[in-house]
Amino acid sequence: MNPLLRAQIASIARRQIVRTLRQPASAIPPILFPLALMLVNAGGLDSATSLPGFPADSFYAFALAVPFIQGALFSTVNAGTDLARDIQNGFLNRLALTPMRGVALLAGLLAGVVALGVAQAVVYVVAGLAVGVDIQSGAAGVAVLLLLSALISLGFGALGAMMALRTGSGEAVQGLFPALFVFLFISSMNMPRNLIEIEWFRIAATVNPVSYLIEGVRSLVITGWDGETLALAFGIAFALAVIALGLAAHALGGRMERT
Amino acid sequence: MALEPAIQADRLVKQFKKGPRAVDGIDLAVGAGEIYGFLGPNGAGKSTTVHMLTTLLPPTSGSARVAGHDVASEGPRVRAAIGAALQEAALDPLLSGRDHMRLQTALHGMPRGDRARRSDELLERVGLMGAADRRVGTYSGGMKRRLDLALALVHAPRILFLDEPTTGLDPQSRNALWEEVARLAKEDGVTVFLTTQYLEEADVLADRVGIIDHGHLVAEGTPKALKAEIGRPTVEAVPADPDDRLRVAAILERFGEPTQGAPNGVAVRLEGEIELAGIVRALDAEEVKVEHLQLHAPSLDDVFLAKTGHSLEGAAAPEPEREREAVGAE
Repeated sequence: MNPLLRAQIASIARRQIVRTLRQPASAIPPILFPLALMLVNAGGLDSATSLPGFPADSFYAFALAVPFIQGALFSTVNAGTDLARDIQNGFLNRLALTPMRGVALLAGLLAGVVALGVAQAVVYVVAGLAVGVDIQSGAAGVAVLLLLSALISLGFGALGAMMALRTGSGEAVQGLFPALFVFLFISSMNMPRNLIEIEWFRIAATVNPVSYLIEGVRSLVITGWDGETLALAFGIAFALAVIALGLAAHALGGRMERT
Repeated sequence: MALEPAIQADRLVKQFKKGPRAVDGIDLAVGAGEIYGFLGPNGAGKSTTVHMLTTLLPPTSGSARVAGHDVASEGPRVRAAIGAALQEAALDPLLSGRDHMRLQTALHGMPRGDRARRSDELLERVGLMGAADRRVGTYSGGMKRRLDLALALVHAPRILFLDEPTTGLDPQSRNALWEEVARLAKEDGVTVFLTTQYLEEADVLADRVGIIDHGHLVAEGTPKALKAEIGRPTVEAVPADPDDRLRVAAILERFGEPTQGAPNGVAVRLEGEIELAGIVRALDAEEVKVEHLQLHAPSLDDVFLAKTGHSLEGAAAPEPEREREAVGAE
């Protein structure tokens, strides 16, 4: 990579991380809220583990996958909102007046999002171990889990960036969050798809790509190495990242109208 | 061969979708090392012009060259030659002044070893060394503007665009910024294109002034020439003893032709150079005591009024929708 481009990406990524760390009020809830939700769900749904065919003995182990996706959603919205603020207050114009390439802005922003996403994932792994979850895929599985988390953060981060670049509005980015949350709830987050009795819900969860992201993470925790599930999860995360990045790059072209 | 102007625009137009022509056929020629004041009310088209000249907005028609490069087709070359502090001091409140400098120097491709040195040099120059590690969110308006200026100077640009740099600043901060801008032009030979809605700013700082109203350049020249164009200054004297009115009139008529003054005073429109000291000496020589002596010099507001039919004060026009979005309120 060209050294100038590398320096530009590193500087934008550093800014993104510094910004996040200096706003504890927006950095901590994306980590704590998913964990709190997992604890509440695990408390209420623990008896589900006695259902015939339930794939885990501990609901904590089953539910641990959810914070990874939920945390990615939170940090995505934060990153998108930050970018929208940069557009609104003219900071993007400041950047546009430098020799910075558009790709450096997107790559730097998303590198920051991914770094924070991985840091979040480490917290979730530690929290899982603390409540007694035994990660079946072992240390190598944790590494793959972090890689998958990074890819998921990249995809959702690009989605948030695209929304910010298209609308230039923090409110519009925030509006994306409930919509993404609906995808999370209509998924296999609380129950394996084959055990969902309500037909429409099972169908919705089956066509919902978020189910496969959760199942990929979950398989590393409760199953071990499940090639097909992992391939699906990585494939969907990769496709989401490619599509969202393409849309974000296109939106950036329109937003940074410089000649 | 004549030197190419640092900034040149020919019939420059910006038409926003579903909006008025924010800039409507402007011609400009700003010489190297000159401070050019672009004066006009809110919504006149100042910021839109700056955004076109700094390559942030493509012109709808017409052309402009900055530092010898076409703004529409040679954007990167233009940007390499210019620095800009746009209307809002677009800073990140969570970053420190030094963080901003570090980001800006890196984005400009400065070698890692030079970044800290250049940052310190500029922070020192704008008087922010003591606050360099504080978050910008704690800075005053004047400090933000000074940091904005330092950021614009990171790559030692030949041309500097300042979009309403002193709006909202207290007089002390404003004067400090004026001094720095004047120093940049005088000592470093930087060409400064400065937009302002403050008459005093244009008058004090600019070598030449362009007056823009509703997207049109309505007048251009040195402040002195513009003021001279619309009329000569007047001197008005009110004698301490009303019986001396005729004597005062006779003395003042040596300096110019009589004109309408206050009921108890005498006024003349001056001819030639303004020489208030000469008038005072003449009155003193004749042992005439005056209660009040005042020089009325035409102001740039008088120029604005004469050229546009309305005063600059309160002459704001509604901002085109697209301009607000892309440029920020002017």
